[in-house]
Amino acid sequence: MSAEQRTTVGGANAEPLAPGARRTTSAVPPLVVQGVTKTYAARGARKKIMKAVDDVSFTIAPGAAVGLVGASGSGKSTLAKMITGSERPTTGSITFGDVAIERLHAGGLRKLHSRVQMVFQDPYGALNPLHTVEYTVTRPCQNFLGMSDAQARQRVNELLETVGLTPPEQFAPKLPHQLSGGQRQRVVIARALACDPELIVADEPVSMLDVSLRAGVLRLLARLRAERGLSLLYITHDLLSARVVTDEILVLNQGRVVEQGVTKNVLQHPEHEYTVQLLDAVATPFVTDEGKAPRGDNSRGGGGTR
Amino acid sequence: MTLLEARDVNVVYEPSRGLRIWSVRNIDLDVQQGEFVGLVGESGCGKTTLGYALTRMLRPPARLDGGQITFDGVDISTLVGEDLRRQRRNGFALVLQSGMNALNPVRNIEHHFGDIFKAHARSGEDVSASAIRRRGGELLEKVRLDAGVLNRFPHELSGGMRQRVSIALALALEPQMIIFDEPTTALDVIVQGAVMHTIQDLQKESGFTAILISHDLGIVLEATNRVMVMYAGQIVEDQPSEDLLHGLHHPYTEALLACYADPRAEEIHLGGIPGSPPDLSQPQGGCPFAPRCPLVEEICWQQDPPLTPLGRGLAACHVRAREGRPEEQVGHVR
Repeated sequence: MSAEQRTTVGGANAEPLAPGARRTTSAVPPLVVQGVTKTYAARGARKKIMKAVDDVSFTIAPGAAVGLVGASGSGKSTLAKMITGSERPTTGSITFGDVAIERLHAGGLRKLHSRVQMVFQDPYGALNPLHTVEYTVTRPCQNFLGMSDAQARQRVNELLETVGLTPPEQFAPKLPHQLSGGQRQRVVIARALACDPELIVADEPVSMLDVSLRAGVLRLLARLRAERGLSLLYITHDLLSARVVTDEILVLNQGRVVEQGVTKNVLQHPEHEYTVQLLDAVATPFVTDEGKAPRGDNSRGGGGTR
Repeated sequence: MTLLEARDVNVVYEPSRGLRIWSVRNIDLDVQQGEFVGLVGESGCGKTTLGYALTRMLRPPARLDGGQITFDGVDISTLVGEDLRRQRRNGFALVLQSGMNALNPVRNIEHHFGDIFKAHARSGEDVSASAIRRRGGELLEKVRLDAGVLNRFPHELSGGMRQRVSIALALALEPQMIIFDEPTTALDVIVQGAVMHTIQDLQKESGFTAILISHDLGIVLEATNRVMVMYAGQIVEDQPSEDLLHGLHHPYTEALLACYADPRAEEIHLGGIPGSPPDLSQPQGGCPFAPRCPLVEEICWQQDPPLTPLGRGLAACHVRAREGRPEEQVGHVR
């Protein structure tokens, strides 16, 4: 949380600890998604083709946070998979700096994964229940940074502090079931940070957490971005968290980008009907600054006395 | 008329190894016929356990530890076996968060209805294949699904459709009360809104009593007419839903409200609640929220506050009890 913690972790990276330690934060390249389409052959005799992602283009500038929002089936997770190289686009290109992600194979992908990491939605499923926090976070340090056991342990402590699991000695030996959802998600984030990535793809990182914990994790993501200069692709259906975390959003509907722009502008002045629909679906019966009716006005169920 | 009455209900988890956990503590509540009650709180606050206790669905290691639950005039807290089953038949049903995954993957939807109708058939009741199809079809239409869904298998349906099927299954025996345990949490936003609207409409049409268990205060405030806020196994506030956005409340309720904002607002201050809920395996002294409470005072560490009148409802807070009836004060911002 404090500057010291940041510098310790940053310092560990800056030192030539391993072949993996390679950059200063300003060297994060842009991610360019250009005309990407992904089609799947739908099952059944009709041989229909399903377009999961349809001609999507966007750029994540170095250190920027871009949100992909949309309902399920809008193609946002498919895009995440293509960006992390676990799926290939049918057409179009995805480049991260000078690396063409869509053409990578085993070795190249491995290298990519030391630069692009994912935070998953389900902190209950993303951690091996049989491994301690320390083991989970140590693995990428050893795999990607080639650290020795002692170095990795040291780094785990720093990472746990970075994500707010303090004191780290207390959390390191714990098993996932001994942690709350928010703590687990912090472990998942620590693991993603372990190899010092340049881009984090966070797929619904707070949707399974209690509202009381969401703000903490969202603030953590924002802080990491600011301190480490990493870029963030934030995937969500939750417009409120998108508003808090991202500078720019793309609204996806059935694989197509229907609206794109500065997050605040898009949410305050949605132009596409689908964006309006998404906004209306948010259960926020709370009075806003603009003095919108608190509840019951735009919903069938809402207010009224009974 | 009071449909459900709970007096001093306690639930304890007794694992074969490890500590006992008192996850529901000294709950008193009354639910009137036709009410739509929301039960909110963070995970682990005991809301699901309470829902299970009220419907006698607890399974070991959880156990009802004292207290009385009266449903429709019958004390169900000690019923067992066939007596309990009979009471459940027309009494209450439960819709689960993972209800959509509770459908049998190798049976079509019609089969699911058949199971329920046959298992709970009264003597002389028609449970022929054609009767099952007819009644199943009607129920599906109630939840805004096509009767053709009867022939489909769970994997052919979307999450929202499966959750609608599980709601239809809950409606099958025309229960007086339905407990919805996080019915839309696993669903996509837009689908979530649609399913909630269906639940609200159904509740108005059929007039059943509903208890909605959810961590999402937004959804609860939109749907219900009364909200109970749970913390550390206790009800800390009980208010008409429409009052929750105004006036003074239990500091925990206020903190929960501060976790929400309108994404369209000019400025967004998203609150969180620092710290974590208390360890319920330890005896609780004082107010369980005291360690996280911004209003904490000396007395809060010593005495667990009882529920006392606040506004039109109840709250368990020493500070608020002293402040008594709140003046009209808009907003929850801090």
